[in-house]
Amino acid sequence: MRTRILGFGALATVALAAMFGLFVVPADLNQGDAQRIMYVHVASAWIAYLSFIVTALAGIGWLVRRDLRFDAVALAGAEIGVIFTALAIWGGMMWARPVWGTFWQWEDPRLTTTALLLALYIGYLLLRRLSDDPRRRATRAAVVGLVAAVDIPIVHFSVIWWRGLHQAPTFGSPDRLLHPAAPMQFVAALLLMLLAVTLAWLYLMIRRYQLARLETLLEEAARLGRLRSARASVARTAPVDITAAVDAAAPQPSRSTSSAEEPAR
Amino acid sequence: MTALAAEARIAWAIARKDAVSELRGRSAASMTLFFAALVLLLFGFALGPDTRKLAEAAPGLLWLAIVFAGLLAVGRLHLLETDDGALEQLALYPIDRRAIYVGKALAGFVTMLVLGAVMLPVVGIMYGVELARAWPALSVTVVLGALGFSAVGTFYAGLTVRVRAREVMLPLLLLPVTAPLLLAAVKASAAALSGDPFGELGSWLQLLAGFDLVMLLVAGASYGFLLEE
Repeated sequence: MRTRILGFGALATVALAAMFGLFVVPADLNQGDAQRIMYVHVASAWIAYLSFIVTALAGIGWLVRRDLRFDAVALAGAEIGVIFTALAIWGGMMWARPVWGTFWQWEDPRLTTTALLLALYIGYLLLRRLSDDPRRRATRAAVVGLVAAVDIPIVHFSVIWWRGLHQAPTFGSPDRLLHPAAPMQFVAALLLMLLAVTLAWLYLMIRRYQLARLETLLEEAARLGRLRSARASVARTAPVDITAAVDAAAPQPSRSTSSAEEPAR
Repeated sequence: MTALAAEARIAWAIARKDAVSELRGRSAASMTLFFAALVLLLFGFALGPDTRKLAEAAPGLLWLAIVFAGLLAVGRLHLLETDDGALEQLALYPIDRRAIYVGKALAGFVTMLVLGAVMLPVVGIMYGVELARAWPALSVTVVLGALGFSAVGTFYAGLTVRVRAREVMLPLLLLPVTAPLLLAAVKASAAALSGDPFGELGSWLQLLAGFDLVMLLVAGASYGFLLEE
């Protein structure tokens, strides 16, 4: 119930922030209406980074505590982070096309870093999908999330150098191009949007976490069911003499003294 | 100190085992040399026949070839361990898992070094690049690049070796992580080849060294978790 209230609250705040950003705040002098994308764009990028930090921390939590609930948090963070990373890139491109004249700008460190971020965590999600055992999946995901989280600052740093060692950036950063007459309104719109998406993020995280827990329970139930039916089928058959069965399977019983499983190859 | 020495001995034994099996033609990691040369040849077809254009793109093409071939090499080095469940047995020994990582990474490092050492002259000949002046800086770049790639490559190879569709998953996971390494190595090589007019070579080498150090520590600490599965 409380989660539902949070969800409606988040929805209302997002709507309010959108109205404020679209109709109350004046258009930017230099960039016109395209600048309004910035509110959503910055907010998406913030959520993306927040999600991936949560994923990395939850991964560490799993490695230390071995509680699958940490893994559910990590999964929620990675999935939501990937969606918001894609949103941030998409919004950035929509903004860059009218303002910079191109969709893609290799010299912008944030854009390039974010693109790699997307690649890293899509790989993370694919890896999860390819692992069946929940504990093994959690461990693999945790270490990959850890290495990815360590890699991101290095990527960002290297791309800044890439540009910085060549020439001064031709394009100003968006924050310097803000409307000079009404900076407070812009800041207020951005802050409101940040609050709105953070609430929405919290709601999505909780829901995804609950869903992940249910999935785990289903997996466990299926595993238990398989185990039970296997045990039942064993019980139905007549009791087997294990040693006799091994002797029968071995080609030369006299040689298989130490290991009983070797003749199976 | 003795624990460290024991760890080093184990790592050395593992790397030596990899080298021996390589020399006996079991792991085929050295086959990646031909793959790298082939990639360079294909880049020539894709961008040639203008030699100037090729020479300009040479640092990037060189490192792409090394990265692609290295991808296969680190994958092969771990595949070697799965044939007879060797990795599981290795994990059962009462030794520090970090030593296993260091041993495998050492084997990967040597493979990558050979790869770099052979590919440099190939690039010099095929793309008309003058290497004579730049070789000290280029060697440092290759050593640092090989170390970094082996550090992350060994980790991801160990991760994906027991994953379904590992041929796809290894590059998918490894390549984005190596982006800063590729960037720094290409820039350092380009600076070395052009005589470093902007004095940026040192910064790129430092970045490479930093990447190596961080990844060796993080991957080395994480690798053990993969073995306990």
